[in-house]
Amino acid sequence: MKHLLSAQDLTRDEAILLLDTAAQMAATQSREIKKLPTLRGRTVVNLFFEDSTRTRISFETAAKRLSADVINFSAKGSSVSKGESLKDTALTLHAMGADAVVVRHWASGAPHQLAHAGWLDAAVLNAGDGTHQHPTQALLDAFTIRRHLAGGTGDLAGLRVAIVGDVLHSRVARSNVHLLRTLGADVTLVSPPTLLPVGVETWPCATSYDLDATLADWKPDAVMMLRVQRERMSGGAGAFFPSALEYSRRYGLDHRRLAVLPDHTIVMHPGPMNRGLEISAQAADSDRSVIVEQVANGVAVRMAALYLLLAGGSSAEGTSI
Amino acid sequence: MPAYVIRNVRPLGGDAVDVVLDGGVVAAVGADVEAPAGAVEIDGTGHVLLPGLVDLHTHLREPGREDAETVESGTRAAAAGGFTAVHAMANTSPVADTAGVVEQVWRLGQEAGWVDVHPVGAVTVGLGGDRLAELGAMADSKARVRVFSDDGKCVHDPVLMRRALEYVKAFDGVVAQHAQEPRLTEGAQMHEGVVSAEIGLAGWPAVAEEAIIARDVLLAEHVGSRLHVCHLSTRGSVEIVRWAKARGIDVTAEVTPHHLILTDENARGYDPTFKVNPPLRTADDVEAVREGLADGTIDIVATDHAPHPLEDKDCEWAAAAFGMTGLETALSVVQAAMVDTGRMTWADVARVLSTNPARIGRIDAAHGRPIAVGEPANLVLVDPAATRVVDGAAQQTASANTPFRGRELPGRVVATFLRGRATVLDGSPVAAA
Repeated sequence: MKHLLSAQDLTRDEAILLLDTAAQMAATQSREIKKLPTLRGRTVVNLFFEDSTRTRISFETAAKRLSADVINFSAKGSSVSKGESLKDTALTLHAMGADAVVVRHWASGAPHQLAHAGWLDAAVLNAGDGTHQHPTQALLDAFTIRRHLAGGTGDLAGLRVAIVGDVLHSRVARSNVHLLRTLGADVTLVSPPTLLPVGVETWPCATSYDLDATLADWKPDAVMMLRVQRERMSGGAGAFFPSALEYSRRYGLDHRRLAVLPDHTIVMHPGPMNRGLEISAQAADSDRSVIVEQVANGVAVRMAALYLLLAGGSSAEGTSI
Repeated sequence: MPAYVIRNVRPLGGDAVDVVLDGGVVAAVGADVEAPAGAVEIDGTGHVLLPGLVDLHTHLREPGREDAETVESGTRAAAAGGFTAVHAMANTSPVADTAGVVEQVWRLGQEAGWVDVHPVGAVTVGLGGDRLAELGAMADSKARVRVFSDDGKCVHDPVLMRRALEYVKAFDGVVAQHAQEPRLTEGAQMHEGVVSAEIGLAGWPAVAEEAIIARDVLLAEHVGSRLHVCHLSTRGSVEIVRWAKARGIDVTAEVTPHHLILTDENARGYDPTFKVNPPLRTADDVEAVREGLADGTIDIVATDHAPHPLEDKDCEWAAAAFGMTGLETALSVVQAAMVDTGRMTWADVARVLSTNPARIGRIDAAHGRPIAVGEPANLVLVDPAATRVVDGAAQQTASANTPFRGRELPGRVVATFLRGRATVLDGSPVAAA
């Protein structure tokens, strides 16, 4: 692996190596001294064209725990606003000797362009691009599911995961559908028809418009709620659903729906949550909720990704982890 | 200006003859003709002779975006591609919505001398879609505008479209519609379907094109006007035009070379060279537009040559400009998609790239003529057996945004003649003396 651009690119073996490496990384994080010397002298640039404090500090923490030098580059300007172009930014990072570039971008495909346009030769980690992909989110979700429901090893064969909400605009959904399938899980996307993309029929998953039926009849092992952005219900004639209340009634995870779930089923959310819209406070704070743990696992997964991309030749066991 | 004798050439791909060009006209066609004194001999063995190509849809960018193209560079590219006439689209800066601007573009074309430049007039003031531009003034100007288009924008207001269709009847004009329902395509980046769903780019649905075409053919029928549909790209559009023609509606339609050969799969690498409007569609749509072109539902191929400077393409897909160059690859792409596949003859190529566009643009007294004695010597000599690898930097156009970069294409323009003057010889442009 030279880059991590899309969860869809990962083979089963690569995905499991990432998860196993993340487990080793997580184990080191319970030590008193959390910092490993693995990436000493390497430079990781967090290149963020879009605000995301959570993802940035997660990557920053991961890189620092591996002793890499971290540079945060917040590039609010863009080719659109006549700021510096993506190309010039890339050439600048290349000139500064970046070993890895963690990129968050509002434009789908920008990390792919950084990796393939010949502007720089650093490893590129996609930290979320437009409505395309967010592969480390899918990896941390898979890691969390594996810990709770698959004994923390191997794949996710036979597990059922319902992903609920705004699939159309969600890079989290696109990433999870492919990675979960690669790992053997079955996925059902639950969404109002307006928030499922035309073309979804070729994705390796089922779809449903009915959350109650999916929860009661399909009995998912994990329920992943997607953030619904409030601008999706504005725009008058172009709104994707009539009101927040109607959305919550039909697609929100509340205590009533929580009670329908099998005892072992976990509740997930990539954050940040809209409490009261797609998820109620009871659901978010229930014993089933693994939402805070997802955040912690994010650091381990990102450590694994950075480690495998930058020191990938040797196995994790062969180092001083 | 010397006379030319093209020996052993196949007019429209037919039997080999000699063709003499003298005094700006075709002077002789036949076996072993006598060459006039001082005539330049050209060996046409294996080559095909076609009437000079006519593009109904070219963006020359001047005035306003001379960093992308000028009338000089764009028409030189046109000649290199085998064209003898182009229609220059109105979305310049300032917009070609007055007699003054269209006359300026027309004059620049005259001065460049590579092809006949026929400016297209904007339908609405500033392409704003709010009120009619002075269409009559442009028609009466030296540029003699007959084709009107807001290309790049759709005349989406139904009443305004109706008025435009009616109004241009007074001077035998035609409205060339860029069919794109604006509300259905807000923020749209590529064809809406399997690929857009996967790669996360906002979709441009086929229905946004088809709904406007359906409305417009019915409007044209109602007011008894002729309508031209720019760059249709979907199976549904082909079917609507086929239905309209069967009903007797006076509609003509064009397809671009790129919609004959490229698909939305080309977007997967996020290379904005493949970002174009209307977007590249599916393989099924490509099949449908090929069928439509072969059976006459689609009347013409027009390039939608849309040059852009590198910085408008060397960026994020969503930030990049729509459009691709096409003048210097159009004939090769049509050969690859239609001739080499056995769907069309060279006579059909002459029909869709010369005769029909000349007729729609009402320049058929000079262009798109038969290859016969006394006709204006607007001709292109093609070597269909040649192949070449496209190199954007080596083209005559000032912009390098060709989607065929690095691709091997069949056919080569050997020579182009504009009223008997060679604008291209041995594949290279020849400036006027």
